[in-house]
Amino acid sequence: MTNSSPNLVLALEAILDASRVFSDPLSCAAYAVDEIIPSAVAKPASAEEAAEIVRFSALEKFALIPCGNRTKLAIGMPPSRYDIALDMTNLNQIAHYDPGDLTLSVDAGTPLAQLNAELFDHKQFLPLVVPWYSRATIGGTIASGLHSPLQQFYGTARDFLIGAEFVTGSGALTKSGGRVVKNVTGYDLHKLLIGSLGTLGVITRLNFRTFPVPIAGSRGFVASFPNAEAALALRRAIAESSLTPLTLDVLSPELAQLFATRTPATPEAAVFAGENRSADQTSLPPVGNWFRPREWQLCAGFAGTPEVLDRYARDLTRLAEQSHATSTAILDDTTRPALWGRLRESLSLLLEVSPATAIFKISVLPSQHTALFANLRQIADRAALSHALVARAGGTIYFALLPSTANNETTAQLARVTTQIFDSIPSAGGNATLLFAPRALKQYVSVWGPPRPDLALMRRLKTAFDPQDIFAPGRFASGIYFQTPFCPEL
Amino acid sequence: MNSGLVQEFEKLLGEASVLHKPEDLLLYEYDGSVEKGRPNLVVFPTATEHVSRIVKLAAKYNAPVVGRGAGTGLSGGALARTGGVMIVFARMNRILEVDAENQRAVVQPGVVNYELTRAAEPYGLYFAPDPSSWKSCTIGGNVAENAGGPHTLAYGVTTNHVTALELVLPDGEIVRVGSKHGEAPGFDLTGLFVGSEGTLALVTEITVKLSRKPEAVKTLLAIFDSVDDTAESVVDITARAITPAACEMLDGWTLRAVEDYIHAGFPMDSAAVLLIEVEGLAEAVAAQADAVTEVCNAHHAREVRVARDDAERELLWKGRKNAFGALGRLAPSNYVLDGVIPRSKLPQTLRRIQQIGAQYGFQIGNIFHAGDGNLHPIVLYDPRNAAQFERAMQASAEIIRYCLEIGGALSGEHGVGMEKSELMPLVFSDADFDLMRRVHDAFNPDSSLNPGKIFPLSKGCGEIRIRPKSPHSASAS
Repeated sequence: MTNSSPNLVLALEAILDASRVFSDPLSCAAYAVDEIIPSAVAKPASAEEAAEIVRFSALEKFALIPCGNRTKLAIGMPPSRYDIALDMTNLNQIAHYDPGDLTLSVDAGTPLAQLNAELFDHKQFLPLVVPWYSRATIGGTIASGLHSPLQQFYGTARDFLIGAEFVTGSGALTKSGGRVVKNVTGYDLHKLLIGSLGTLGVITRLNFRTFPVPIAGSRGFVASFPNAEAALALRRAIAESSLTPLTLDVLSPELAQLFATRTPATPEAAVFAGENRSADQTSLPPVGNWFRPREWQLCAGFAGTPEVLDRYARDLTRLAEQSHATSTAILDDTTRPALWGRLRESLSLLLEVSPATAIFKISVLPSQHTALFANLRQIADRAALSHALVARAGGTIYFALLPSTANNETTAQLARVTTQIFDSIPSAGGNATLLFAPRALKQYVSVWGPPRPDLALMRRLKTAFDPQDIFAPGRFASGIYFQTPFCPEL
Repeated sequence: MNSGLVQEFEKLLGEASVLHKPEDLLLYEYDGSVEKGRPNLVVFPTATEHVSRIVKLAAKYNAPVVGRGAGTGLSGGALARTGGVMIVFARMNRILEVDAENQRAVVQPGVVNYELTRAAEPYGLYFAPDPSSWKSCTIGGNVAENAGGPHTLAYGVTTNHVTALELVLPDGEIVRVGSKHGEAPGFDLTGLFVGSEGTLALVTEITVKLSRKPEAVKTLLAIFDSVDDTAESVVDITARAITPAACEMLDGWTLRAVEDYIHAGFPMDSAAVLLIEVEGLAEAVAAQADAVTEVCNAHHAREVRVARDDAERELLWKGRKNAFGALGRLAPSNYVLDGVIPRSKLPQTLRRIQQIGAQYGFQIGNIFHAGDGNLHPIVLYDPRNAAQFERAMQASAEIIRYCLEIGGALSGEHGVGMEKSELMPLVFSDADFDLMRRVHDAFNPDSSLNPGKIFPLSKGCGEIRIRPKSPHSASAS
């Protein structure tokens, strides 16, 4: 910590009501990022209060990390400095909602599940069905840049985030975009906030276009295959057909096995487009005997009128047979939640499996998947590490290494394998990051992968937004203010 | 212009790739807007390396640089506001790759939008953004302006379809952002550069997503006797979650002008029509077309016609896409606005536009993307009549003010350029401008690239004006 706590706390209490400033060790420990504990926690009740804290921090050079319900703080590198945790959960209102226009403006600290429950009253929803769904806030979801299985049809947040209000590093409350579905007025600065981990600004409000719930009906489809090639062949056949499924995931046998034997800890809430399942149900039902673990799986979700649902069921089954599926099943409203809840929670489930889970996010063109899958499995097998894989929406791969123990030897092994995986990504059109990694591993590798050619441009942007480098210093993007030397000899 | 500079450029690119005589430059002082700005020099690079060297050479002579595609823009984005060197990308017009399996294409900035769709057609693919000028506008220009079009209602605007860019920065550095896949670690630089109107960097290569052609398409023409009923139908289509691929509105006054010229089959005596397209699986399209028809009938549509074949469908779209050209027959010049409003407020906005027109003595036509609330009110005027032109600009500013008052936006797809820059303070605060300026300066510190765009020239926010310096006749595409 760079500054003495008592002064910091007094100063924060002069800005906020003392009941919303915490400095006791227990409270601060709850906001640790990679085991680094802040000196104080501040819970602003308005955007203006948040801006005032930032202005104070800029003046005093205090480092600050904004957060919501803290479900994804493990993403990124450890902060090089961390004085104040800025808890945004008191900003939790829907500021504006025009169901007739399908547009929404919502405070950053609003829980996603609560937001979607309110939209559901108007038969609308936001297609961000992300891990830790029942606890995640909308601000944290955008700042962490996690995607949802629904990206297959609805795209990622960059396709439906239409504006934002945020506090810059100099403490100015600023906005970008607007509240209409089409807008080219000024630079699209709000897009930069997606996945920025609080390094560019403190998000106070987000504007979205909302989507109609597919009320006519929805179904799931699952097909099993003896190998990845066959599952990917079906995925390609679907991509080349007229079908436009809402979700499209390919799972490795290892992940399928985890789905069959484990239940994610987060309670069930929405698991599909616009579903509003009760959050008081404590866990997902188990997958049924229609699910064949130990095989590769292709899972597709689709929606529409009864005629459309019939067409999907018919075409998907036929295409699966042509791709030599060993079994297929159509899932209805009672059977589908078990599988789609697990698809949504794949990342949280994988983190629960091992004390030292490392999850790579690999973005590689679909045509390169067959070779890449084989390569990844080979690297992990050679190191005798358990692994699991899901390829989402025809391009984004999550590959998890699941060591059975967490110790120095495991860390060294993970570091070696991480380097091999980063090296194995095709340089043309692909890239990889270590989305989740144990703290110990981050001492030896940059989770952001090899430096990119556009890093210098990112540095310029960071300076434009946060000239004093007070926002989450060190946490983001390969080499942006990240100085720890890489240790390949481990 | 400095003759040394002309010579150096001729040495670099060859004489055939440099224009400097006043009569040659005249063509490049226009775009599709009412603005004007003449470059001192026009150059035609054929490679990224040329662009980099042009930028460096221009810097040596302190000459500003502006990029230009086909010059179809509607906000003065591709005009040399302060003179200097204009880089026209017309000869960087190669489609470098169509990767059908991964649904990507890599193109040079001068490729015409429609040509990419044609190249993708054999694979059952197409490029979704389709501005009305798609048969002449370039993808580089689409990227600079984040262009839209009728079908962006369902498929998103240009930015939703761009995954990577090759850029030349104002200092001549060549850098790539994004990835062919789309996802890339770090900040979304691609998302920032698309729509930055050529004020941050020059785009020299673009990787785009290609979309799969739907198996079924139905085009409906709903004919109404009242503008209010037409607008209410749009509100209801949105509210009932029917998601057409396109939903365009033409009011009676404009469609009569179009019909006289194009004979698209629009009924001459109607108050307004909706041109609605539904796409997707055959089973879904049938249900959607029924739902659209039901809504329109509930709002007293006189008739809802379904185009019988591709020829009829294409004719209807020809009427829509060439409408602005048809209006050129009615008055020497027209001014096209681009405001966006919440779709729930369409009926009241159309009424307000007519009031404003009456107040200023103009017939204001409306032909626009109703489904996403992107208005294109058209004010017809005679540029030789200075007082009338002034009134036209005042009426336009009042319409924009109203759009903003009810929660809308200044520009939906045409860009701010030099045309709307003085209106920007209606939208953004000093703090907003401060950050945008910092971002601008992070890439373009000397404003050597496309100066005088987006940011208002007048420092204070008190006096808002929309008037360009010298009016002239323009035909929008």
